[in-house]
Amino acid sequence: MRPAGRSTYDSLYFDYPLFAAKRAPEIDGIARRRQVVIVGAGPIGMTAALTLARYGVASVLLDNKETFNDGSRATCIARASMHIFERLGVVKPFIDKALGWRFGRSYYKGRQFFRLDMPHPAHEKYLPMYNLQQQYVEKFLHDAITASPLIDMRWLSECTGIASESGGVRLEIASPEGAYQLDADYVLAADGARSTLRSQLGLRLKGENYEGRYVIADVQMDHDFPTERRALFEPESNPGGTVLIHRQPDNIWRVDYQLRDNERAEEAISEENIRTRVAAILEEIGHTGPWALEWWSIYSANTLLLDDYRQGRVFFIGDSAHIVPIFGVRGLNNGLADAHNLGWKLALVARGEADEGLLDSYSPERRGATLDVFANATKSTRFMTPPTRGWRLARDAALSLSLDHEFPRALANPRQMQPYTYGASELTPYPGRDRAFAGGPVCGAAAPNPRLADGTHLLDHAGDGMTLMIFRQRGLSSEEAALIGALAALDRRLTALIIGGAGADAPAIAIADADGALSASFSACDGAIYLLRPDLHVAGRWANLSSDEILTTAGRCLGVALS
Amino acid sequence: MTTMPFDEMEAAYELLATAIDRAGPDAEALFLTRLALLLAHDTGELSRFQNAVEAALAGITEGGAAKP
Repeated sequence: MRPAGRSTYDSLYFDYPLFAAKRAPEIDGIARRRQVVIVGAGPIGMTAALTLARYGVASVLLDNKETFNDGSRATCIARASMHIFERLGVVKPFIDKALGWRFGRSYYKGRQFFRLDMPHPAHEKYLPMYNLQQQYVEKFLHDAITASPLIDMRWLSECTGIASESGGVRLEIASPEGAYQLDADYVLAADGARSTLRSQLGLRLKGENYEGRYVIADVQMDHDFPTERRALFEPESNPGGTVLIHRQPDNIWRVDYQLRDNERAEEAISEENIRTRVAAILEEIGHTGPWALEWWSIYSANTLLLDDYRQGRVFFIGDSAHIVPIFGVRGLNNGLADAHNLGWKLALVARGEADEGLLDSYSPERRGATLDVFANATKSTRFMTPPTRGWRLARDAALSLSLDHEFPRALANPRQMQPYTYGASELTPYPGRDRAFAGGPVCGAAAPNPRLADGTHLLDHAGDGMTLMIFRQRGLSSEEAALIGALAALDRRLTALIIGGAGADAPAIAIADADGALSASFSACDGAIYLLRPDLHVAGRWANLSSDEILTTAGRCLGVALS
Repeated sequence: MTTMPFDEMEAAYELLATAIDRAGPDAEALFLTRLALLLAHDTGELSRFQNAVEAALAGITEGGAAKP
């Protein structure tokens, strides 16, 4: 919502483009079946389209709006998401515009009691978190979509019906130019928390609704404070409720405040009430200068998800599949991981390179990630918004003791988004091999991205297929050379990295590790082997060569049967 | 005295929150007082209990800083 006199897209800092409706060829009877249709062009739908395009697969991308989202909404981009944008070749505008951060402060009744310090190994390429308004996320992705000949973007196009149709899906589309049918092999539902496709298919999200409601409001002001997460418990400006403050680009500050139980939502979101409450909060944090109200919305914490993210040939990605509380910034970031996870698998299937069975791993992997989020989010939500008297008493006791005692302080940790470990996945068949390693990323974990001596980072050298890493000080054995050949025959996108002093013959790439830091990050002794998936999670690792297991693992990830 | 690992501290926090709810609003003060007496007995050391009582009182002013 915006202040009186300003329309939905009348922003203080962002120029909304208005996209025209194209006349779809199907309206004029030129119909052909599409491999993939994506419903919803938010950050998740756009990321799915760009992932498919990265592998050469065309898609039609539909959105019922005429432009990007109306407000800043999901403002925190996690490191793992920056890696996804990097895989898609679109990370640069994000780096240029977003505000990176890793620290936070929590206050109880005006006194700081907790310093958040998110893990940031000095060698990593990206910071743990970046703040950026959602419209910019959408704009940057859309710029790449406009440049892609493989993505047919159709604004002002609403999906009004869906039915199974002879081994495919038939969508009914309404647009200002007319109604038409669109046939697809696969449909991705990226149409958000109130997914129309979900209700059209008779599916329901299941889980818990929490009582706590938050107003989220953006103000524009000159305010001198670093890019950190500020959490105010029991502040004078919002007694009985919590306040969160985040800095965004363009002098925009996000103020989230919890409503009291007796406040009615309709009254709370009146402009007058927003201005009064925000003014009190700004006064408490010491802002004395002018400020302008930009946009606001209301939000309540839920942990809801679908039983299965797949319904036949329809896949649910992002908020259509799961709704999580905002406190751990996992909504956008998990949605992006959904889109990328499904994207590379579906691309391989659509190209005929992989068996359809590869798609079976999508729902278990990403539902597992959401359930993991719930476990953490439930804890942080209970702390931010205690659901019962018992939780409130325990929370307030912990907060008041935190002022003078160290032991309860970490209860205020928001447990921000961490990439999920696919250790139990079908695509991770040998997790037991972890036992041979003293540390390093376990099977299913996201690979670390250490800096190399030449200033590049390790994962800069990974490709779009599987990445094999052999840690070898001396020359490769004939068995290792044969393994590279066998993997290359399985995966034409294979990247083989030989780490250490061994050197490499094409197609393998030699990566120097003179000080051993790279081997140390992976706890890799001489002869250790890592195999990474296209999303750079560890598919498997072996302390010693085990060609059969490595080929089996690659076959699972690529959806190909071994001869 | 040993320091409780954070995971256990967190589990204790969650156990306490749910136990207060189980006691119900009419009996929560009685429950918390009984709990304190049991823990005092468990410590087996009056001075430690005295320190904990003082630490818990600290900062609770008229009206109650920790009062919900």
